[in-house]
Amino acid sequence: MRVAVVVFPGTNCERDVVRALRLLGADPELVWHRETDLSGFDGVVLPGGFAHGDALRTGAIAALSPIMEPVRKMAEAGRPVLGICNGFQILCESGLLPGALIPNRDLAFICRYVEVEVVDDTTVLTAAAEPGQVLRIPLNSYEGNWVDPSRTGRVVVRYRDDPNGSQDRAAAVANAAGNVVGIMPHPERATDSLLGSEDGLVLLEGFVCSLQPVRA
Amino acid sequence: MTTTGTPVYAQLGMTEEEYLKVVEILGREPRPAELAMYSVMWSEHCSYKSSRAHLRRFPTEAPWVVVGPGENAGVVDIGDGWLAAIRIESHNHPSFVEPYQGAATGVGGILRDVFTMGARPVALWDQIRFGPLDQPRNRYLFGGVVSGIAGYGNAVGVPTVGGEVEFDDCYSGNPLVNVMCLGVLRKEQLVLGTAGAPGNVAVLLGAATGRDGIGGASVLASASFDESATTKRPSVQVGDPFEEKKLIEACLELYEKGLVDGIQDLGAAGLSCATSEPAGRAGLGMDVDLDRVHLRETGMTAPEILMSESQERMLAFVRPEKVDDVLEVARRWEIDASVIGTVRADDRLVVTHHGEVVADIPAASLSGDAPLYHRPIARPDWIDGLWADPYRPGDVLVVDTLLRLLRHPGVGSAAWAYEQYDHMLFLDTVVGPGHDGTLLRVEGTKKGLAVSTDGNGRLCLLDPRRGASRLVWEAALNVAVTGARPIAAVDNLNLGNPEKPEVMWQLVEVIEGMSEACEALGIPVVGGNVSLYNETDRRDINPTPVVGVLGLADPMPAPPPRLDRARPGMEIWLIGPEPTDNFAGSCLERLDGPPRGRPTAADPEAGRAVIEEALRLAHVAPVLHDVSDGGLAVAVAEICIASGVGATLEVEGTAALFGEDPHRFVAVVEPGWDPPALGRRIGAMGGDSLVVGGERVAVSALADAYRNAIPEAMRG
Repeated sequence: MRVAVVVFPGTNCERDVVRALRLLGADPELVWHRETDLSGFDGVVLPGGFAHGDALRTGAIAALSPIMEPVRKMAEAGRPVLGICNGFQILCESGLLPGALIPNRDLAFICRYVEVEVVDDTTVLTAAAEPGQVLRIPLNSYEGNWVDPSRTGRVVVRYRDDPNGSQDRAAAVANAAGNVVGIMPHPERATDSLLGSEDGLVLLEGFVCSLQPVRA
Repeated sequence: MTTTGTPVYAQLGMTEEEYLKVVEILGREPRPAELAMYSVMWSEHCSYKSSRAHLRRFPTEAPWVVVGPGENAGVVDIGDGWLAAIRIESHNHPSFVEPYQGAATGVGGILRDVFTMGARPVALWDQIRFGPLDQPRNRYLFGGVVSGIAGYGNAVGVPTVGGEVEFDDCYSGNPLVNVMCLGVLRKEQLVLGTAGAPGNVAVLLGAATGRDGIGGASVLASASFDESATTKRPSVQVGDPFEEKKLIEACLELYEKGLVDGIQDLGAAGLSCATSEPAGRAGLGMDVDLDRVHLRETGMTAPEILMSESQERMLAFVRPEKVDDVLEVARRWEIDASVIGTVRADDRLVVTHHGEVVADIPAASLSGDAPLYHRPIARPDWIDGLWADPYRPGDVLVVDTLLRLLRHPGVGSAAWAYEQYDHMLFLDTVVGPGHDGTLLRVEGTKKGLAVSTDGNGRLCLLDPRRGASRLVWEAALNVAVTGARPIAAVDNLNLGNPEKPEVMWQLVEVIEGMSEACEALGIPVVGGNVSLYNETDRRDINPTPVVGVLGLADPMPAPPPRLDRARPGMEIWLIGPEPTDNFAGSCLERLDGPPRGRPTAADPEAGRAVIEEALRLAHVAPVLHDVSDGGLAVAVAEICIASGVGATLEVEGTAALFGEDPHRFVAVVEPGWDPPALGRRIGAMGGDSLVVGGERVAVSALADAYRNAIPEAMRG
């Protein structure tokens, strides 16, 4: 299963995502943000980091990068599209997910483990998880506070506490079809018990299982 | 060369003798650009003119040292074709003037020092010290520095995995902001700061050059402060982590493709340093055309371009046939690049601007001929008085004392700071912040690299030699309890005004103490930094050397000991010598008042034996924890808090519970293990309270005190 892991200038979690996806048997490839074609890929991940230095507003410039056109096409074709942290912000800025991510309630960067609960197992990220399943996963963001005045976003993973003020305690949000998902905590950082948790595996497994080969 | 009033050289921070030495080297009066270059390169910050003679004392050699002091970073061989690069720096003065940018650019600078060597930077540590948080100014500085570290480090994409946070009145007018970086590389990727061969082309990569940071090294870092300090704000550079991130990736690609012969970062002294040092190291010269430098603003003069400390710039030395490939890599990573010069076969550094020669000097003279001072040294007369009057606490209330210690922001949890830093990126942080040492795994190997840094201004004020020696021993034990054998040291010597003989005495004693300990441990000093003139309104800081020790675990224990792995029923052992009744420089003494007495000296024989024991136990014990700040009581409390389990301690007496004598650690082990020769059983884990000396306190109360120490203080 070929997964495109998009690299914008300023992206920094791309190698971690590649490492985690390989662990699950997927075939991830780094793709530069100026590429205009993703044909041949079964799914795409927008990893975390600071695309374009968060200039103007986090995700705002990245949403205009050439790669976002083929990403949009994949989303429309029903293929799995996952945004992690900054990738979530970019999906919101691109209009592929509803809402926006604003600075944390306490106006401080948060890097620590949080507990989240899966509340919806009908998306590409949560397909392998059980509703009610509690996971311990690192959060690592400044703009992690999701707001959605339209109230059209589907919250699929929820914080058990409220670390950042996110609406409905949303940690992950999906589109109506469930193939485009943004998650603020980092599942790829919870893939090895030696580092403290393997709870992210069940999410990435769901994503990898949702990849169907592209038919010619 | 004088204008009305102060001569130009004096405005640039040079003495008359130094100016006359320039005249002697050149055989004529220097041109303005030449004077500018000498003034920055001969500053205390760049030339180490007050400390250089004494730094030679450090042991620097070992079979595994690949690059010792003098290059941008120290490099050691960690086996199987892998190298580790390490470097520590200070950004004390800029951080006092502008805390956010001062701290941020400190991070940027240390990263460049490491990726200049061909290494990917894998982790950062920050050692930061401020005045007490009951003063609003100190809260502002602490908050600003932490934000700056987070703002730059998180965005540049290198995890900040540990460090130190300390508070003492002596830092109120002069905070200390030290930063350390570790990089990892394959042997064949090592690059040095050399111009290579004649004909090589100098390519300037990264940010445009502007007027920011002009004189940062000379005006700011090499002079003392008074109340006019904030007027120096324009001398502080401004950082752009996004530019640096692209620069890191571009440079790593250049190394991977073998496109550069040498490379040098532009830090203190900017282009003056980045052109002259690599040329000097190669015994060559260089033609530099300032008209080719990409600039941020118009109308910049030659001295301004040469002295600018604009951040995020590198100067690569490239064979002519590879220049196009280098420019292509830069284009792909969306960074600017300009060809600004050519390496000459002779030793002249010839700089032109608008078609005119503005400098023509021997390249090596900027660093090689820098002044060397043997400043007067005198033992302070007040030290005997301090030694004669030690603190004698007698019996204390155990729980009350323990809670007071845990509530001190220097002892309590530093999570308020490190939870603002991305400390998990790269998926290699096996033991992270909040522990004695950090342990990072090396991807694709069974190896682990451990790092610990330690500083203690109170200890070093009372006895700089004993204090510095103990810092080395403590850092070494801290890496050993993660399972890593100490292999190298770096140091950042933060001291006051070297023109005072007492400060010079402290410097010499610190170097002696560190050297003795490193020799006893058999580890080389592979790099360091000296930050002098840490004084404000004529008050010097306590001498505060910060020592970093790098350790190698091969294989790495998996899992390694961690504070949160204690479980009910496990036994608690104390390994190491019995403590004496000496509290000089301790945290208990700090609760009472100023430091006094003479600290216990390190004992090399005991130190080595205890480290060997820690290395053995790291593969069997779930928890190993160094006994240091706050003594045994605090060490056990930290284990209880992290593991969420109570403990019963069969230990009594103030010295045994709160003494900080060196070479001791706690081991928490399964019952029925093979007991070590050096230790004794002191209690067991269990329940939800810590029971000690006939008193009892809930672990939740300990945790509240520990975790709220800094957040409460920051609320003012």
